[in-house]
Formats: sequence, structure tokens, C-alpha cells
Amino acid sequence: MMVTLKELPREEYVLPGNASCAGCSTTLSIRLAVKALGKRTIFVVPACCTSVIQGLFPLTSLNIPVLNVAFASAGAAASGVVSGLRAQGVEDITVVSWAGDGGTVDIGIQALSGAAERGTNFIYVCYDNEAYGNTGMQRSGSTPFGAWTTTTPTGKKEQKKNMPLIMAAHKIPYIATLSPSYPTDFVEKFQKAKAIRGTKYLHILVPCPPGWRTDPAMSVELGRLAVQTGVWALFEIEQGVFSLSAPSNPLLEKSRRKPVQLYLEKQGRFRHLTEREMSQIQLNVDEDWEYYRKINQTKICP
Amino acid sequence: MKSEYVCVESEHSAMAASIGASASGARTFTATSSHGLAYMHEMLHWASAARLPIVMAVVNRAMGPPWNILPDLNDSLSQRDTGWLQFYCASHQEIFDTIIQAYKICENSRVLLPAMICFEGFVLSHTSMPFTIPDQEDLDSFLPRYQPGWKLDIDNPISHGTLASSDYYMELRYLIQEAMDNARELIPIVGREYAERFGLPYHGDLLEEVSCDDAETLVVTMGSTGSEAKVAVQKMRDNGYKVGLARIRTFRPFPIEEVKRVCGKADAVAVIDRAISSGIGGQLFTEVQSALCDLDERPLAMNFIAGIGGRDITERDVEKMVMHALKCAEKGRVDQRLTWYGLRG
Repeated sequence: MMVTLKELPREEYVLPGNASCAGCSTTLSIRLAVKALGKRTIFVVPACCTSVIQGLFPLTSLNIPVLNVAFASAGAAASGVVSGLRAQGVEDITVVSWAGDGGTVDIGIQALSGAAERGTNFIYVCYDNEAYGNTGMQRSGSTPFGAWTTTTPTGKKEQKKNMPLIMAAHKIPYIATLSPSYPTDFVEKFQKAKAIRGTKYLHILVPCPPGWRTDPAMSVELGRLAVQTGVWALFEIEQGVFSLSAPSNPLLEKSRRKPVQLYLEKQGRFRHLTEREMSQIQLNVDEDWEYYRKINQTKICP
Repeated sequence: MKSEYVCVESEHSAMAASIGASASGARTFTATSSHGLAYMHEMLHWASAARLPIVMAVVNRAMGPPWNILPDLNDSLSQRDTGWLQFYCASHQEIFDTIIQAYKICENSRVLLPAMICFEGFVLSHTSMPFTIPDQEDLDSFLPRYQPGWKLDIDNPISHGTLASSDYYMELRYLIQEAMDNARELIPIVGREYAERFGLPYHGDLLEEVSCDDAETLVVTMGSTGSEAKVAVQKMRDNGYKVGLARIRTFRPFPIEEVKRVCGKADAVAVIDRAISSGIGGQLFTEVQSALCDLDERPLAMNFIAGIGGRDITERDVEKMVMHALKCAEKGRVDQRLTWYGLRG
């Protein structure tokens, strides 16, 4: 399963001239994801940034079939595509719901939960820029503690919803967290998901320059910092067994993790944080890692 | 039958899954009722604007609160503007026949729109009536394999339903109106073909006429109230009254010309609505009035709200309403535009 960047297919499924913002790591994620999945892939896209990235009708920047659907419906619409294809005897097409964090952890959670409970044979991808970016950065259930959004002008007071663990409670065969800043880990996880039957849930953290108030040239670097500080842990939950992925595994040792401040201070959305809040976030991350230590290489949600 | 059954967790998801299945190129059916239909509302717009010929049975039941579950047309009439064809049936045979016919109409490349086959809860959904089911082979030859107008195709990748500016949006909506007009032409053609092929009674018109030719007073209604009205009209004819029934079978496309032709000749028209659009009156009444507006000489028109929330409408009730209309016709004026029939004080 190991891949190197050189081995990635040369075919491009994200065409030049798409409508994404400068430095958009969602577009980078689509590019890597479809390279990993190949041509026999159908995307089902609810309202999210990717509705815009495709471009204006009658043009499109994605060279695969895409069914755009309403906000709350990605999981269900994909179920329909999977069943419709199966009724026609087609089982070798990978159906992917490609949804943002609002469309996943908030408004789309029911349709996703239903699809997972039915064991729908598809990949559900949540690309998470930690707010409703498409509509101008309103808070979502996936916005982290302390982050500025237009609806949390003094920083969000609540915690980020842990969607991968909510999906683990559905006992689906494969869950993984990803970052496009780690392209080989990213591609391997998509390839693995493609090979497994049933519902697969992939959650990607996507740095968002306009929303996070960051330099568009820094998106890949920020993705790396999110992982290196331990804010975004890369892991898999395969048949219920949690395991930290190669880039994150060494960070079980606290000294190997960079201080979260290095990640937070580069983003305008955290500019207002006090020293105390910054320490609180560090504490929260450390707590998360204590939990990862406990569950690493064990079966969770038995 | 080679098919897949998706047990979804909600009606919003039922319509979303139907959209996905239809977009994949499969013939798709679903059914719902009342709040379930209301919960689908967003996706109903999506299905029609995506031009997917999904067929859905809608069992008409009242909206809450209070919880009621009994027959009432307010659920599907609230979906009037979603771009779906709407058929209202008056018998079990008509429900069955219309579902088969609807696929043939909706899948036609000149239509490509979804259809609701509506019928009242309990009165038609929980009763039995003898009816004829044609042989599978004959049905297959009447309705051959589905050839989708468009589908998700990896050899012809398109982004369906992406952003369209005002440069295109208006034209896309115009095409839906044009498709409705095409359906208007096709509905009777398909109905006639079906009746001839299977030797079944014809009910393919947008508006069913009963004794309308020389009728001075007409009752206009939809659904099972139409069955009661048919009996009432026949009885009143036997007693020498010149009355007739115009049963609206398709609410969308609305039979504008038929209403003008049939109702235009009468002196008075009584429209019975088993629904209410609070603030104006019965939905069927306002549509009938709107069609009649084109006429130079219009009949007197009055609206009866009856049978809401499952209160029974018998042929006796219909007869009373028609008698009231007859009196108005004699007097040459309508005392009350909107009457809540049988309202308890």
C-alpha cells in the first residue's frame, strides 16, 4: 500500500481554472483524493465550498461525475446512487460523499448516521475548515475552542465536536483522519478506504486562508503544524482498532510535540487569545494525547 | 424484479436517496404522507429541478398540530410549487393505473419531471376494492426499460446541479414550465394507450367530466370526494336537477382550458376543498377562479371547505352543497364566497 509521490497517477481530475480561493487546501485534497481513487469515481456534493470550486454552470473544474445535492442530504443521496448503481448491476464504481464540516457534523449528521448504520458501501469525506466557509465563516460544531468566526467574534467558547469518534460508535469498518500536508499518508488512506466494503469515514483538516486569516502560501505549512503540535492527530480506526498513523505516532511522547502556540499564532482567527486561553488549548491537546495513549492499538467502542 | 430497497432513516433522506438513485440511471419509486412529505419539501424542489422522473405515492393526511393522521389534502397542496406533477385519484384502480402511466409520462424526454400520485388516507389507503392488475409481460411492453434523460456517467463526467448564475437560471425554470405543458398534452395520450392496451376503463383526462354537457350547476372537487360527488350528481340528475361534476385529476399541470370549457357553460360552480390555504380559501377554488378569470362571462363561484382533518364527506353532504349552489344560481348571486361546511359553533 505504500506509495511515493512519484507513483501517483499523472491524470488530473481537478482541471485548471477552478474557482477556489488562493491557497485552498480543499482543492489540493480533491486533487489527491481522486488521483488515489481513479476515474471510476462519483462525487456527491452537498452545499459546501466544493459547490463553488466546481465553477459556474455550464463549466466544471472536476473531471468526474458530480451530483450536487442539498445541504442535509449527502449521506442519503450517496446511498441512493450506490443502490441505483447496484440495481443496474454496477458495483465497481467508488461513490464518495464530499462534504464540509457544517454539512457533516451539523446539518448532515443524520443522513450520514443513517447511511453508516445501513452499512452503505461508500466513502464519506468530511473536509473540515472548522467553520461555514462558503457563507463567510460562521461557527460550526467543528469550530475549535477559542477560534474567531463571524458568529463567535470573541472566540468560540465551546469545544470542537469529535466526529471521527462519533463515527466509531457506528462500528463501521474504516475511519481515518487525514491532512493534505502529508500526501502519501493521505493517498494511502484513500486507497485503503476504496478497497474496504461498507461505510468508510475520512476526516480531513483543511487550512483555509480567508477563514483562518492566514497567508495563502502557508496552507501546507499550517497543515504540518496542526499535526506536529498534536492539534490534529492522524489516525485510523480499522475494524474498531484505533492506531496512530506514522506522522503522529511519535508524538505520543510529549517532548516530540511542538507547542500549540506555534500553530495558533500564525492564524488571525486566534489573534485575540490570551495567555490563559492559549495554555487551556495546550492542556486540551495534552489531554487528547493522554486519551490516544490509552486507546492506541486497542479496540474502541466494542 | 431486479431492484434495491433502501431503508432510510427519514423522509428528507428518502427523497435524497431517490434523487441519488434516479441520477444513477435507475427507475425510482417512493411513498410518503403528511409530515413526511413536508419534511421532504427541500428535496422535492431538488428532484424536479434536477429533472428526475421519480414517481411517488402520497397518502393525503392532515398536518399537525394537533396530531390527526386522517384524510386531508393540505399536505400535498402545500407542495404545489415544487415542480412536481400532481395526480389526485378517486379509486384504487385509478391509483394503480396512474402510477404506471406516470412513469411513461414523466420519463418522456419532453417531460423529465417527477410525479406525485395523491390519494386520501384511510378512505383509499386503508380500504379494499376489487381492481385489475394487468399481466407483468403486458406492463413491461407498455413501460419498457428506463432510458434516463441524463445520468451520472463516468465516461461522460458532468457536474450536475452546480452553481448557475442568472444568465442561465431563468431559462432552466422556463424549461420546467415547458415540460409541464408537454405533460399536459401527453397525459391523455398515455391514458388512452393504457386503457386500450389493457381493456381497462379510461381515466386519463386532466379533468373528469360527469354529466357536464347541459349542467347548469357544477361541483368541482378532487380525490375521493369526487367519488362521493359522482353518486350525488347521479342521484340529483334522477331527481331532475341539471347538475354535473368536474373532478380535477391533475392539479399540476392544472387543466386551465378544461376548467374554462366545462365550467364556462354553467351558471354556478361549487368548489369543494378538503384543504385550506389560511388567509384566502381552498387551494382548488383559487386555481379554478384563476382559470375562470379569462372568460368574458363567468359562472357564480363559491367555495366549500369540507372534510378537513378526516371529517367524513358523504354523497349527502355533497348534495347539500350543490343544492346551496343551485339556490345561488336562482338568486343570481353568491351570499358567501367561502363556507366552512358542517362547522360546529
